[in-house]
Amino acid sequence: MSAKELFVAFWTILTKEVRRFTRIWGQTLLPPAITMTLYFIIFGNLIGSRIGEMGGFNYMEYIVPGLIMMSVITNSYGNVVSSFYSTKFQRNIEELLVSPIPYWVILCGYVLGGVSRGLAVGFIVTLLSLFFTDLQIHNIAVTVSVVFLTAVLFSLGGFINAVFANSFDDISIVPTFILTPLTYLGGVFYSISLLPEFWQGVSMLNPILYMVNTFRYGILGVSDISIGFAYGMIILFIVILFSVSLHLLKSGKGIRN
Amino acid sequence: MTIALSIENLRKVYGNGFEALKGISLQVEEGDFFALLGPNGAGKSTTLGIVSSLVNKTEGRVSIFGHDLEKDLVRAKMCLGVVPQEFNFNMFEKVIDIIVTQAGYYGIPLQTAHERAEFYLRKLGLWEKRNERARMLSGGMKRRLMIARALVHNPRLLILDEPTAGVDIELRRSMWEFLQEINEAGTTIILTTHYLEEAESLCRNIAIIDHGSIVQDTSMRELLLQLNTETFLLDITPPQQQLPKVDGYKAELLDDHTLQIDVERSQGLNNIFQALEAQQISVSSMRNKANRLEELFVSLVDKNLTQEKA
Repeated sequence: MSAKELFVAFWTILTKEVRRFTRIWGQTLLPPAITMTLYFIIFGNLIGSRIGEMGGFNYMEYIVPGLIMMSVITNSYGNVVSSFYSTKFQRNIEELLVSPIPYWVILCGYVLGGVSRGLAVGFIVTLLSLFFTDLQIHNIAVTVSVVFLTAVLFSLGGFINAVFANSFDDISIVPTFILTPLTYLGGVFYSISLLPEFWQGVSMLNPILYMVNTFRYGILGVSDISIGFAYGMIILFIVILFSVSLHLLKSGKGIRN
Repeated sequence: MTIALSIENLRKVYGNGFEALKGISLQVEEGDFFALLGPNGAGKSTTLGIVSSLVNKTEGRVSIFGHDLEKDLVRAKMCLGVVPQEFNFNMFEKVIDIIVTQAGYYGIPLQTAHERAEFYLRKLGLWEKRNERARMLSGGMKRRLMIARALVHNPRLLILDEPTAGVDIELRRSMWEFLQEINEAGTTIILTTHYLEEAESLCRNIAIIDHGSIVQDTSMRELLLQLNTETFLLDITPPQQQLPKVDGYKAELLDDHTLQIDVERSQGLNNIFQALEAQQISVSSMRNKANRLEELFVSLVDKNLTQEKA
């Protein structure tokens, strides 16, 4: 296929994915907006006003970057896992497999679909946060790049989950039992400097900590960890998950007999 | 002579150890209308699945218009359109979106995709339904939608896996006409079907697969010549109470105006008519008791089963 044909194929998958999540906006875009508004009201306003400052900022300002990142993570992951698994379940994955699209284009199409939803929800949550606090962006390049890379990383994670899933139950196991705990313990609501030294060390093993802190650095200019190291970790994880996803597609694991 | 599909020593062993294909070889020429027949579980869908890249092969070589599936997969896939046995489109998408999206997977620009979608949807009588969700279509419409989708990139080789299953006879005949039309326009077609009269009337060449092996690979004409005995039903007048005398033929009076006669290939039909005329019996109509291909198919599959058991 020529470069133009490859782009048409990629664009077709991406627009199909965007069409899917915008068509069912009541299930994809509205719920995170409501959930995050509740977080802002309960944790930011009601409880946060009693907590005082954290990292030199009031509690609401401190948790907003983490909550935006949390919504980006869960939605980019959720979009790809549900979309790709449904494609398998309805067998319209066969439409893609019989076509000449290279596997890396299929993967990029689905991942960018997940990134689109993650960023769309992140944008909605950011707009909502402006009703509760003033956001001053410290470093726009860091803010945009880390949110994009994080959405890419979790879209890849969702893709791998979908490849291995054999039922709709399987697509909710990882988000419920792994992703949510890691996100909550990834410094969304607190600075790890508040933890005893041992638990700070344990927290450093949580990849979400690096993303939340880098994003917080982009907005507030404060972070618990080294930004350069965080970028290195995120990019390393992306390379690993992209390679694994591509291998799974090529081998036909879970999608070809 | 260009070979549209070449299969060499194709073997498939599933994870549970079941050997679905035992090293089959097959060639389909360009422009052919080819039937791949076999009982359920014979290996037809596995064969077509491997050709369509939906099933991983264990051994062997497959090429489409000379493009090897391993070495030149993209070009091979560009030549191929597939209509699978089961509905596999997104039921929640609109008809037009399903076709245009499939065109996009082949790198066809949006405007061309829309033009082709309109052409095939009109041809297959689905244009009025273009904005309906696919799940709202009837079974026959869904089948036609899958054909339109498979043709949108103008493939040189079209694989149809039971395309008329569950379709009423009127619609089935209109689909036959459409398939004949695209075949005459140059598209090579491989058809699997359980309607053997469909294969007999459409296909020029035929392969029969059973228990993972090809038991016949020949022209339809050659195959039908192998039929040693045909059974005919004759509507006779006036009504008869006793079996008329037809020497040399095995005959049976089914009711007072239906005579069943077995005719061997070496025997003609003239003697039957002469014998009946001599008894002042006339034949008002005559038909085959069963489809000729069906009789052959059953005998070949039975023979193969007996050999396997032995």
